[in-house]
Amino acid sequence: MSRAQFEDRFFGILRWVVIGLLLVATVFPFYYMVLLSFRPTGQLLLDPGALWVGVHELTLSTYRDILEPTSEGGQGLLGMLRNSALVSLGTVALTLAASVPGAWAISRLKFFGSRHIGAVFLAVYLFPASLLAVPLFVMFSRLGMQGSLVGLAIVYIAQTVPVSVYMLKNYFTTVPVSIEEAAALDGCSRLTILRRVVLPLAAPSLMATGLYVFMIAWNEFLFALLFLVATPDKWTVSLGLSQLNHAIEVPTTVLMAGSVVLTVPVIVLFYAAERFLTEGLTSGADKG
Amino acid sequence: MSTAPRAGRPRLSPRQRRDNRAGLAFVTPTLLVVLVIVVLPIAWTVLLAFQHARLLDLQSMGLFGDWTWRNFDQVFTAPGFWDSLWTTLVYTVGGTVGSILLGLVAALALRRPFRGRGVVRGTMLLPYVAPVVAVTFVWETALSPQTGIVNHWGTHLLGWHKPVAFLSTSNYRTDLLGFHVHLPLALMTVVAFEVWRYFPFAFLFLLARLQAVPGGIEEAATVDGATLTQRFRHILLPQLMPVIALLSVLRFIMTFNKFDDVYLLTGGDSGTDVVSVRVYDFLTASYDVGSAAAQALVLAVVLMVVLGVYFAFFAKRVQEEQA
Repeated sequence: MSRAQFEDRFFGILRWVVIGLLLVATVFPFYYMVLLSFRPTGQLLLDPGALWVGVHELTLSTYRDILEPTSEGGQGLLGMLRNSALVSLGTVALTLAASVPGAWAISRLKFFGSRHIGAVFLAVYLFPASLLAVPLFVMFSRLGMQGSLVGLAIVYIAQTVPVSVYMLKNYFTTVPVSIEEAAALDGCSRLTILRRVVLPLAAPSLMATGLYVFMIAWNEFLFALLFLVATPDKWTVSLGLSQLNHAIEVPTTVLMAGSVVLTVPVIVLFYAAERFLTEGLTSGADKG
Repeated sequence: MSTAPRAGRPRLSPRQRRDNRAGLAFVTPTLLVVLVIVVLPIAWTVLLAFQHARLLDLQSMGLFGDWTWRNFDQVFTAPGFWDSLWTTLVYTVGGTVGSILLGLVAALALRRPFRGRGVVRGTMLLPYVAPVVAVTFVWETALSPQTGIVNHWGTHLLGWHKPVAFLSTSNYRTDLLGFHVHLPLALMTVVAFEVWRYFPFAFLFLLARLQAVPGGIEEAATVDGATLTQRFRHILLPQLMPVIALLSVLRFIMTFNKFDDVYLLTGGDSGTDVVSVRVYDFLTASYDVGSAAAQALVLAVVLMVVLGVYFAFFAKRVQEEQA
């Protein structure tokens, strides 16, 4: 067997081994999370190595415990879900409003500095979130907005505007200019063109960008911790869960049920928009 | 070359001037938002770093207080500062290199189409999109010495003598090939988590680039008798290099500033005290805003120095190889 044949065969097999291992590594933690969330705590202590849950020991009490409001003896995750949804949706609306005009201008109009401005936006990520955290923390406690969901949504814009400008710009450049020129000949102003022509055409990409922003806001932890930790009724799911881990003795299985509740919305959204998302993030990468 | 008058800016046509104005008008809202919630706070951090400021004083204090170097004194002389900087570097380099390597392996494995590739690709992105609080919980639970599945199977199947506390052992003594070695186990676990969580990011970019590589060159090389590894080394790798360089910079920046992963896994204990966790501790434990700001500033400066060195050496080399 020649070296070329050997390598072809060797890597041909290795490839499937690698795919298998990677799949196990990515899926198993999530499987384990769901598995534990359906097991009674006592069973977990007796047999921590079980890889499936028997029908007779399957329980939903963990979910009841984590979701019920604290007044009824639960951990109140349902209220936190509402908070998380409010903050994330607010962030999406604010971020898109702030980044659509800018992204369109960068993709279409040749103006002073338009070629560099995209890089300027991305340079924001050079600065650690902790560098932003200190003054924002001070600013918000001064304005009395510490512990307000609106304040948190405003902070999240800082995290999401740069990447959303970048993604939207890439989408807008794929809309043919000729359509816009036709609209301009018919007498549409720039604002009308943007609203009536470009946005409808870019609707799927707007949705994808919105979803990405939603995921960032939904998953965020540091700023929620800094701004909301003193006001438990405003806690987001991420913050609330992490606090449960520290505060009192909450069974692992209940925490896992909470993690499932936290993860499911993001994963559902991700699969709904996966194709748009991956294209939006990596477009440009294939041009080297 | 041109005969245009030398007086300052080139003359713009009326249309260009209109575009210019409209462009600036459209960009202004976006710029304003970034200015107010990003640039101003950063500028203020720089000011705070040179002032004696505690959270309570700030309510009454003006923008410019008494200038002082004390915060930096405190940062540099505080116990564990240099250790923490070193830990941050190890964590960042480990996380960056590891996630890009694993991402490259994954991208190469998924390069050729097969049934269900789309599903596999989507599945591999799960660690990246899932909420950090949820995935750190799962890791903590799975690695727990009492109820964790890893230790259970480790002691039952792999013959470990006793459960290993992965996330709270700063110095793990073990025998490796007959040598006594000390491993910074908690730090290694945190790096492994970082690799696991962020390899999908590198994978996504590398796969997109791989699929844009024209097939012709490789076919020609195959005809000329180049083996698979040779084709990878001499054809694919050079074309992937720019993306790898970009990914290295992106991942380095993001990992260097990373807070939540380490904070949630270990709380910064057991030899995983990265600088961003220290900033948080300064801010919340002692409400010492000045020191926290100084600490954050030092972190940003170190990052810029590292990136400066990188761009001075590596980026140029990649460009030359490209040319």
